[in-house]
Amino acid sequence: MKAILSILWKEFLQLRRDPKLFPVIFISPILQLLLLGYAANLDVKNIPSVVCDMDRSAESRGLIDEFVNSGYFTVEARVERMDEIDRYLDNGDAAMAFVVPRGFGGDVAARRQASLMLIADGSESQSASIGVNYGTMIAAKHNQKIILETFERARGLGLKPVIVNAEVRVWYNPELRSRNFMVPGVLGLILMIMTTVLASIGIVREREAGTMEQLIVTPIRPYQLIIGKLLPFVLIGLVDATFVITVARGWFGIPVRGSVPLLFALCLAFMLNTLGFGLFISTISRTQQQAMLTSLFFIMPQIMLSGFVFPIENMPKFFQAVTMIVPLRYFFVIIRGIMLKGAGWHQLWHQAAALMVLGTIILTLSVARFQKKLD
Amino acid sequence: MNPLKHAFLGPVMRKEVRQIRRDTRSLIFMIFIPAFLLLVFGFALNFDVKHIPLAVVDLEGSRLSRELAEKFRTTEYFDVKATLDRTSAIDDLMAEEKIRAALVIPATFSEDLLAGRSPSVQFLLDGANAMSGTTAAGYAASILQSYSQRTTLEALERRGMGTVTLPLKTEVRVWYNPELQSARFLLPGLMAFILMVILTTSTAFSIVREKERGTMEQIAVSPLPASALIVGKLVPYVVISLASAHLVLALGWVLFGVGIEGNYLLLLLGMILFLISGLGQGILISAITKTQQVAFLLSVLTTILPTFILSGFVFPIRNMPAVIQVVTYFVPARYFLVVLRAVILKGAGLPAFWEQMLLLAAFAVSTLALSVVMLRRGGERRPRREGRAA
Repeated sequence: MKAILSILWKEFLQLRRDPKLFPVIFISPILQLLLLGYAANLDVKNIPSVVCDMDRSAESRGLIDEFVNSGYFTVEARVERMDEIDRYLDNGDAAMAFVVPRGFGGDVAARRQASLMLIADGSESQSASIGVNYGTMIAAKHNQKIILETFERARGLGLKPVIVNAEVRVWYNPELRSRNFMVPGVLGLILMIMTTVLASIGIVREREAGTMEQLIVTPIRPYQLIIGKLLPFVLIGLVDATFVITVARGWFGIPVRGSVPLLFALCLAFMLNTLGFGLFISTISRTQQQAMLTSLFFIMPQIMLSGFVFPIENMPKFFQAVTMIVPLRYFFVIIRGIMLKGAGWHQLWHQAAALMVLGTIILTLSVARFQKKLD
Repeated sequence: MNPLKHAFLGPVMRKEVRQIRRDTRSLIFMIFIPAFLLLVFGFALNFDVKHIPLAVVDLEGSRLSRELAEKFRTTEYFDVKATLDRTSAIDDLMAEEKIRAALVIPATFSEDLLAGRSPSVQFLLDGANAMSGTTAAGYAASILQSYSQRTTLEALERRGMGTVTLPLKTEVRVWYNPELQSARFLLPGLMAFILMVILTTSTAFSIVREKERGTMEQIAVSPLPASALIVGKLVPYVVISLASAHLVLALGWVLFGVGIEGNYLLLLLGMILFLISGLGQGILISAITKTQQVAFLLSVLTTILPTFILSGFVFPIRNMPAVIQVVTYFVPARYFLVVLRAVILKGAGLPAFWEQMLLLAAFAVSTLALSVVMLRRGGERRPRREGRAA
């Protein structure tokens, strides 16, 4: 115990020696949180659009008004010919275009099928697909309106149109604010980046500086060394978690509906993984630069495969299987569950168990490797 | 330019190259991480929201209600994960994220439908992920709408109104990326992201390492001018990053069929300007830090998040609050991304993005100039402080 404490003390002295480390560790999470909270907004509204109405009939104007009044699109320009659209989409002044061909009004009046064209800028995929969704929905509504009008005229037949209403109820985040999804996510990202990187450097630095040999000849046992080395990072992680949760709650008003102690306990389970992983990288790297590039190499795909921005169920089967060994995936379900959904242990224990199992494996593996290196 | 500077350039560069070569793994990572990421992302990631896990709660169990549920079963937008007979079970499934949405068909559904009253179904949605939530609600609404429309049209036909076609046909065209392939969309963003992260970190490292090992003092007392040190140190990294960027381009072309639609030389110019800004940022970080640890954390924090979030790569800039929009002007990736999308995907010429090029050039020159000043000042102050301590 005393040996662990002395290592712990040495680590803190070493961390304190660089006066810029603590500001970076503690202030940057808050900055990131503020940035993500305000900037990470996928609520697609006001998509800049070009309108090309070649028909100029009452019918075409009515349809275009429906697009404009929906609030999803703003009209950047109205053009006469199709080839004028190119310019706006090429330089990014508009992301969508609505084209109503000549003869549109006539077709509708004659009850022939009239066509309408939506053009989307696919270089911005997600805005494009959301814009297309909105666009087709508005067109479908217009369809419905025309059908209803036909019914009005056919009232003599005693027919009534069938409409199945959708009563949509949104749980956990009724206003569908992206912030409520992004900000809890930052907790996972920060914990992962900070603890993995710090742990990956911790041991390599001793080796690079040549002090590892000195540590080996002392009576300190390898496990004591590891515990002493990793504990400071656990503390840093917990402090960061406290900061993030406080700001998320106090500044952004994001609720924590579940149990806070459970959240912290599961943060610890998550750190088992990140620290184990950092330690593992430390055992396979010779220099600090190697250690950091290696952690970057593994952290990036984990973020992408965790379901943070890109939903897991859309990935190919193979990658879905790969996500099973990404701890961040389970941690995100836990964070969202506790913060937004008020989930408790009986709903989250699968995720917690997965974290514990993965964490134990990676930590055991890296401790084993570390001992071998010491011999 | 003084002749002294040129005389020093060669040796500094040779030293840096030798140092890079000594650490093969880092070199391999610098060149191949970007290509590896493109590979994973191009195949794995997708912005479309499909296969949303759904629970169907059919409280009626009639022919009509099953028919409606079938509509949700047969689209690729929803995957029916559970069929329940009580609404109370939804709660736990949703909290565990086994399902993201639930369709509840009321017990009076077919009765209402046949009586010509408009029945309502409930669509419960996990709103935690706002984006997929909005999209899921949209899909549900359009499935119900087309169901209603079809039922109505069938009724019309039965009454002898002939075949009624849908009055409107919407033709959707997606430019630059017709299949909404994520690789096409990700390629430019990924290039910017990767060049920035790799380059800034490596530059910051290469200088801070000298500081940490104390070799910076040796350089400071040598007649080597700061500008020669910077240029000599940076050229190898520019070459590595350019190689890495071209590997990404080649991979994008071979695996995902993303060719360069526009002018390659403009693309190269844009890349070089962007690389210079990344280098400048790396030097700036190295000027204000003492240890590799802090230098790494700072470069990761000032590159990963801004290029990801503030550049318009994932999140549209026009949706951001005004203050944040101002901040984005200081993120060079913002300009670079426009250039990349214009040249690679849209095949647009200089008139479409000359402003971005100009701003990128201005950014590159000013960060580099600032970093030279900072480094020079640091180099001069250092020996004095050291002397006082001794």
